[in-house]
Amino acid sequence: MSFLPTLAGKTRSFLSANSRILLWVPTLLFLFSFFFFPLFKILALTFNLETFTDLNNLRITFHSLRFTFYQATLSTLLTFALGLPAALLFSKFNFRGKTLLRALTAVPFMLPTVVVAAAFNSLFGQRGFFFLLSSFLSTTFHFPLSTNFVLHPSPFILILIAHTFYNTSIVIRIVGNAISRLDPKLEASARVLGADTFHVWKDVILPILRPSLLAAALLVFMFDFTSFGVILLLGGSQFATLEVEIYIRALQLPNLNLAALLSVIQLIFTLIFSILYSRTINQVSTQTAPRFSPTRPAKTLTERIFVFALSLLLVTFFFLPLISLPIRSLTRLEADRGQRAEVQYGFTTDYYEELFINRRGSLFYVPPVQAALNSLGFAGITVILSLALGYPAAYALAKPTRLEKFLDPFLMLPLGASAVMMGLGFILAFGRLIASPFFIPIAHTLIALPFVIRTLQPALASIPERLRQAASTLGASPLRVWQTVDFPILSRATLSAATFAFTVSLGEFGATLLITRPEYPTIPIAISRFLSQPGGLNYGQAMAMATVLMLLTTLSILLIEKLRFNNAGEL
Amino acid sequence: MTKLPTAFRLPLLAFCLLLTACAPKGPTTLTVMTHDSFAITEDVVIAFETANNVDVVFLQSGDAGTMLNKAILAKDAPLADVMFGVDNTFLSRALEADIFDAYQSPALSDVPTEFVLDSSFRALPVDYGDVCINYDTKYFEENNVAVPASFEDLAKPEYKNLLVVENPATSSPGLAFMLATRAYFGDGFLDYWQSLKDNGVVVVDGWETAYYNNFSASSGQGPQPMVVSYASSPAAEVFFAAEPLTESPTASIVAPGMCFRQIEFVGILKNGENRDLAEKFVDFMLSKQFQEDMPLNMFVYPVNLSAQLPEVFTLHAQVASQPAAITYEDIAANRDSWIEAWNEVMK
Repeated sequence: MSFLPTLAGKTRSFLSANSRILLWVPTLLFLFSFFFFPLFKILALTFNLETFTDLNNLRITFHSLRFTFYQATLSTLLTFALGLPAALLFSKFNFRGKTLLRALTAVPFMLPTVVVAAAFNSLFGQRGFFFLLSSFLSTTFHFPLSTNFVLHPSPFILILIAHTFYNTSIVIRIVGNAISRLDPKLEASARVLGADTFHVWKDVILPILRPSLLAAALLVFMFDFTSFGVILLLGGSQFATLEVEIYIRALQLPNLNLAALLSVIQLIFTLIFSILYSRTINQVSTQTAPRFSPTRPAKTLTERIFVFALSLLLVTFFFLPLISLPIRSLTRLEADRGQRAEVQYGFTTDYYEELFINRRGSLFYVPPVQAALNSLGFAGITVILSLALGYPAAYALAKPTRLEKFLDPFLMLPLGASAVMMGLGFILAFGRLIASPFFIPIAHTLIALPFVIRTLQPALASIPERLRQAASTLGASPLRVWQTVDFPILSRATLSAATFAFTVSLGEFGATLLITRPEYPTIPIAISRFLSQPGGLNYGQAMAMATVLMLLTTLSILLIEKLRFNNAGEL
Repeated sequence: MTKLPTAFRLPLLAFCLLLTACAPKGPTTLTVMTHDSFAITEDVVIAFETANNVDVVFLQSGDAGTMLNKAILAKDAPLADVMFGVDNTFLSRALEADIFDAYQSPALSDVPTEFVLDSSFRALPVDYGDVCINYDTKYFEENNVAVPASFEDLAKPEYKNLLVVENPATSSPGLAFMLATRAYFGDGFLDYWQSLKDNGVVVVDGWETAYYNNFSASSGQGPQPMVVSYASSPAAEVFFAAEPLTESPTASIVAPGMCFRQIEFVGILKNGENRDLAEKFVDFMLSKQFQEDMPLNMFVYPVNLSAQLPEVFTLHAQVASQPAAITYEDIAANRDSWIEAWNEVMK
């Protein structure tokens, strides 16, 4: 467990400066070809300093920047309000169904926005769970329930809720891991020295947790900052964040110069967040104790109430929207359309059966099995590509020198680049080549790569050189050393990284902003295709496909959970 | 750790393979750029492919506006040979950007001239559809409310909170509906929208949200019994019903001036590679075979007079007799400022 700085200094001594640079070649080559080059192409054409001189442009820039910061700050606060207690819950206590609940909190992060919006609607919408519950309560018990807040949350509230839904798992993971690595002796010593609970937290625990709190906050803030689909689907374009404004100015009310200006601003902020983040996350691993503090069942009454109430809240918040999709995909709303109060529900498997029927003989009809296979195929290529690119970079990052510290933040930059501008950049950079279906896994890899590298890096860094030396001294061949020391640690981290890349690819929808070949739809594309025409069957099939995607994602997350290596998998 | 060199050679090799693998495959490929709603029956494409010994590749490039912007950006090295799906709200932008070559297809003889907006034949009409308000028939029956018969009606108290529309900045039916109000009210259309806003009109960003999340007669079973959609949507509700239906749960308001007629065009992209094949494909899109295949795939009407409509259309879809009168030049000159002004009012 080489989180101790003294050990870390002795590992990776075999890397010379030259081989370090070589390690960066594949990743940088990839980023330059498929990220910086297209970005440069579109910005070179559209970025113009004169954009600054137009007052109207400045006004739009100022407004979207202000709103972006405003909603990202509120979303981050809300995410922490739920995430911190949850982190404490998962890292301190044992309770039944913990693994599943923990996995559930991570599922939304991988789901496409279309699905999440549909899930929210089935919960908060007119025929949603809360509606039925509240109308039941008010009619049966004359319970004076004010349904307005729950039933008609304002779009802005919905955006905040959805951001919390998406990002709570980041806080749970990063902060939760830090809490579980707190040395229990620290608290014990402080108490022996006379500190009360308040002072233990203020003077001992919080300072140690600070880097992880900061890292989680930065990451959540960054995802909220660049949010796009959530805002458009749940709020609408009057809630113009930078990314939404870029989309509108690039494609709908063409002002490419303004779009370019906005995307440069967004990139600069993303870079700042990435730099701050890569600084803080490095402190997270060095300041912690070498051993996990064990979890235990809740003992006192207060603890029991805490565990029960919080897990109930988490189940409500994460499980209900997710389960409502499969339920909706098996439910028929009988033809009482128009009656706003009474709907008859019935069980049906029609939507699933219909998935396999090509009613119109359409050329672009791809049976869902095929769409699932396409998705799996693209995800497979993404896994191979991102592992091949991620491994060398993770090796270099395992013991960072100045070079790594400089390059590290750039790895996360694709997460903050405007998908719309990237799509246009790809057209300029690659022309007819982008008709190739291979551009889909390439785009997925851009998103998956930061996750993969962050998963591999701690595993690679943690292999104690001492063990290797000991094995060699005892007469093991280099191969055997690798087999017995490196492999057991690496295989788990690799599998975990691969699963990450896999789920990112499964749920990724933004790549369609490039150009798609309709013969190769992925599951998210199939879902949005069903939703683009009227009719009960289309809607039902979209829900059925969303359920399939959700199941695949949940299974993958459960697999990651089983294979988690220390704080592996955290950005 | 001796594996490292291969570790970084591999991805390089992979890129090279990827890039060569995706190069266009020989001269017999015809690439057609479309919006995401494009659909066609497989047999119909195969018939064209075998007749002309060609492999047709379709590129879906986002909604109509996104597709057009991509095509304009790639004007010098076009992504495709033919582009389908620019409508009359975007036509001027396409013509001004000069992305199409003129082609006077002989197949135009079967198309009424009212659809041929570009007299120099750079963009040829393929289909049309009316954007109208759809309503939940049951709601109006059961609540004994009359179906609104004019734009003015919609601002009346009995229709408070009953209508959901799409934002014209992000949705093409939303834009079409706003244009219809502009054609009807002239400069006063902003005051009209203010009155709609005061009457609780709901604005969402896209058709999917409006139709499936907000509209009460769709499977989403939302709160509003009126939605801006297409006059053909009631036919789609029957065609895609989960249970066989004899009557559509929805209908359209096709009162004079309340619908906007969208016409979609096809054009041969400048600097393309296969001019002959591209011309043949344009002829094919105007042919009876394609025109009769279109309605059930895209829920639009054929422009070719000899094309027969499927029964579900004749029974359940309506056509506006007097769509909004507004020219595409007027739209082109003012659409952006109208949208901005609309957004100011509705904010």
